[in-house]
Parts: sequence; structure tokens; C-alpha cells
Amino acid sequence: MSKTPSMNAIAIRTEGLTRDFKTVRAVDALTLDVPAGIIFGFLGPNGSGKTTTIRLLLGLLEPSAGRAEVLGHDTRNQADAIRARTGALLEHHGLYERLSAEDNLDFYARVWRLPDAARAARIKELLGPVGLYDRRREIVGNWSRGMKQKLAVARTLLHRPALVFLDEPTAGLDPIAAAELREQLALLAAREGVTVFLTTHNLAEAEKLCHRVGVIRQGRLIAVGSPDELRRGSARPHVDVIGRGFGEAALTALRGRPEVAGVEVQDGALSIDLRETVEVAPLVSLLVQHGAQVEEVRKGQASLEDVFLTLMEEEQK
Amino acid sequence: MIADVWTVARKEFKEILAMGGGRRGWIGQLFFLGVFGILLPAQSGRAWVESPLLLVSWGWLPFLLAVQVVADSFAGERERHTLETLLASRLPDRAILFGKLAAVVGYACGATWLALAAGIVTVNVVAGQGRLLFYPPLTFAGILAFSLLGSGLAASAGVLVSLRAATARQAAQSMSLVMLLLFSPVFIFGFLPPEIQARVFGRLTQIDLTQAALLAFGVLLVLNAVFIAAALARFQRARLILD
Repeated sequence: MSKTPSMNAIAIRTEGLTRDFKTVRAVDALTLDVPAGIIFGFLGPNGSGKTTTIRLLLGLLEPSAGRAEVLGHDTRNQADAIRARTGALLEHHGLYERLSAEDNLDFYARVWRLPDAARAARIKELLGPVGLYDRRREIVGNWSRGMKQKLAVARTLLHRPALVFLDEPTAGLDPIAAAELREQLALLAAREGVTVFLTTHNLAEAEKLCHRVGVIRQGRLIAVGSPDELRRGSARPHVDVIGRGFGEAALTALRGRPEVAGVEVQDGALSIDLRETVEVAPLVSLLVQHGAQVEEVRKGQASLEDVFLTLMEEEQK
Repeated sequence: MIADVWTVARKEFKEILAMGGGRRGWIGQLFFLGVFGILLPAQSGRAWVESPLLLVSWGWLPFLLAVQVVADSFAGERERHTLETLLASRLPDRAILFGKLAAVVGYACGATWLALAAGIVTVNVVAGQGRLLFYPPLTFAGILAFSLLGSGLAASAGVLVSLRAATARQAAQSMSLVMLLLFSPVFIFGFLPPEIQARVFGRLTQIDLTQAALLAFGVLLVLNAVFIAAALARFQRARLILD
């Protein structure tokens, strides 16, 4: 991942953004700033309000309350201006499967009013690096899902938008295709200098791609920050100890320490969950005193997945 | 706006021709051209350009052609999950709507006019005997006008149905019902007692054809305007997304 770009300008700003569908509140008082030029990950389980948020930001749906500004335009009355400057890969790839890849891109290039001479060059520029240019005359319906997603990403970038919305772009892809698409996204985002608003429930993906992430649950934003900030702020620190002789006496002694939240032995390794970040030397001494033979001690770094699960648990309480 | 309408219409037209897997679509077009541009004119000879029923038959053809493809316009996009991406683009509502209408009308009229042109060539080859045979000018102008209005009616009513339908199949079924309603007077007429049928025929033969054509022209024009206005009112991005 490239270094975090300058965060002076704000690409997306929402204040108390709310959307109700009859009795269901899909987005609940969402207040969020997304700086320009970054890849922002919007994480949440299925049905948490991610897609509705994108629809609200594109001005495709009216908010029930609150407001949102995208690239400085109000979503309520300047939706046309927003859609003119953004690209979107929504829940489905949205490709015309009876047409060729070239026809698909040519259509949207015309929609975005790319001049005649620029259209072919831009199609080549976008399809070339992802290995699809030589296959541009093939009917899209015969392509694999991974190829279609790559083509759809190219389509969203055709008109050099300032901001693109990607709604779960790697969903349903096999790991290789997903990794390739992530690579393409990172490459294109860096090269085109575009702000990316990416929704996903793939936390490893968000960790690899995103400069900042927001976590949403049942329409409410429950955390926002860089993956590092979230890791520091939310997940419990823990220590992995590799060695032998982690007997019941050693475990009981550890459990008696106030800073230890939990202890677990798995595959010969001891995992200690801490209530806060503390010195681990006293804990190692305690283990040795109780007959353990310690070979390696690793201060574990929580993954974004750990953070996410902790946040979800806390929210449920 | 015009450029946007043309962009949408161009794409729609390509999709119409690619229906049924590309080659099958073209074979269908060639079959239509073969029947209405070569076979029937060759069989009919001079009557093909002189029959007073020309206006009626050529008026219905584009209507039927438009009905065939219009169901797919919005319902097909919704079913294939391409509609939301289209709505998320910069295209204005009217450009999308009129682009789809233009493609259906263009397809129906294009196929009809091509068959009309092929028909005149065939008739001249088969029955010309050195003289140039052509449709009577007024009839020819009527055919052009009625094919535009007939296909326009099918397109605007069909788009309205397609906007509301969840799938292309559902839209096609609804269009079949509309067709059934339109043709119901003809079916009902067949069941009427012979004396009533004779009386109706008698009245029809007394009608001034020019006046009748003008009246039909006016009615079609009004119906076109009503359906287009209804489709414009129904075309709301949020509603289409939530549908």
C-alpha cells in the first residue's frame, strides 16, 4: 500500500445521515469525513447499511434525515453534479453481457463524453495493464467473474473520476482473482490519484488496501480511523509464548494476575490476552518459575479482523 | 441532451440486435426482410403497391416489431442488474428514457422501411414490365407516419410497462395483455351476428378514408403523448432502485 496521501480536502462529508425504509432504519445518523485521495474502507456485516450509504452518497436515494456532501456537492439537490464526477461499481458489475468488452467501455466512454480520439486510447490504457486489451472484442457474458470485475473497475475509471465507489468488488471471486483485483485497484487508485470509497466485509482486504476504515453495524458508525489506530484503540493486546511445559500451575498463576484477561494453550503455544498493554517480562518470569521452558515470546498484533470482531461484540452488549 | 439520447439509443440498438445470441438476432431480421421484402411482394405483384389495405398492414407491422423488443428496455436491465449502474451515471433521466424509446422506434421503423424498400424493388423486378411501380405518394407518406406513430405507441406503452415490471418476461406478459385488449374488438366482431357485421361493414365503406386516417393519426398522436408523459412521471431514480 502506498503512503497515506495528503488529507487536506474532504471528498465525502456526512452529518447525521439517516435513511429509513418503512420501519427499518438502514443508515442511522452517520457522521463521517472521508479525506480526498485515500482508499477508505467501509466495513460491516451483510445488511449493515453499506450499500444504502453508497446509494445515498450518489444521490440515488433521498436521506430521511441529515445531509451529505460529496466532492462539495449536496446529495439532495446536486446529485447530477455528483454523478458527473464519480464512478461506481455497485453490488453487481453492471456490464452488458450481450455486448463485447469494448462496446461496454465505449458506451460508458460516450456517456462520460470522452472525445472520439480519446476513447480508444483510454480503453487501451485501462485494459492493457490488466491483460484484457487483446480480448476486448469478446462477448462479456462468456467471461469469468474475475475478468468481469476487472472490466467493471476499468469502466468506473474511464472518465478519470475524482471519487469512485466500489461496493464489495471482490465478493464471490476466488482468492487468486480477488488478489489480482486488489492489486489492480491499488495500482489504479495510486496512478489515477482517485479517492476510493470501498465497502467490504473482507477484513484482510481492507487491511491491505485501505488508508482509513469505518466500521458500520445496523446502520450506525461504531469506529473510524486508520487500521493501526483501530488496532491500538479497540483490540486487546496479546502475547504469544512458544515453548514447553505450560502446565496447569503456570496457567493458574497467570490467570491470577490482574493484567491478564485470558490464557489459552493451542498447538503447544501459549496465547495470553491482556487487559492493557503492559511489560511482558514479569509474565515470562512467572511462567519460568512454574516450570515452563520459554523459547520465543511474540507481542501479538491484533488483525483488523480481531478489531472488527471485538467491536461487534462490544456493540452487541 | 441529444448526444446523450443518441448514446443510449446506440447501445440499446446493439443490445436489440444481440438479443437471442447475436447471430440468431440477425437471422430473425433477414427472415423478416425475406418475407415482407421479397416473398410476399413477389407473390402479390402489382397489388403489393396498389392495394388500399397497404396503410393498415404497414401500420401494424412496426407496432408488432416494437412490442417484440420493448419489454426488455427497463425490465431486462433490472433483471440483468445493469440498471443501477446506468442510473449511477451522469446521464439525465430524459436521455435514458428517450434513448430507449428512440432505439425501439428506430428498430421497428428501420426494419419496416427496409422491407418497404425491398418490396418495391421486388415488385418492380417481378411485375414492373419496364415501368416504375411505386406506392401512391399519399399512401407512402401515411405508411411512414403511421409506422412512426404505431411503433411510438408500442414503445411508449411498453416502456411504461417495462418500468413497472420486475423481469423482461413479466413485462412481455403484460404487453401481451395490452395487445389482447387492443385486438379484442376484432375478435368480438367475429362473434357478432351476420346482420350486425354487415351493418358495420356498410358503415365502414362509407367512411372517407382520408378523414379516417387523419382521425387515427390524431388519436395515435395523443396516445403517444399520454404514454410518454406517464413514463416520464414514472421514471424516478429512487423508485427504480427500490423496485
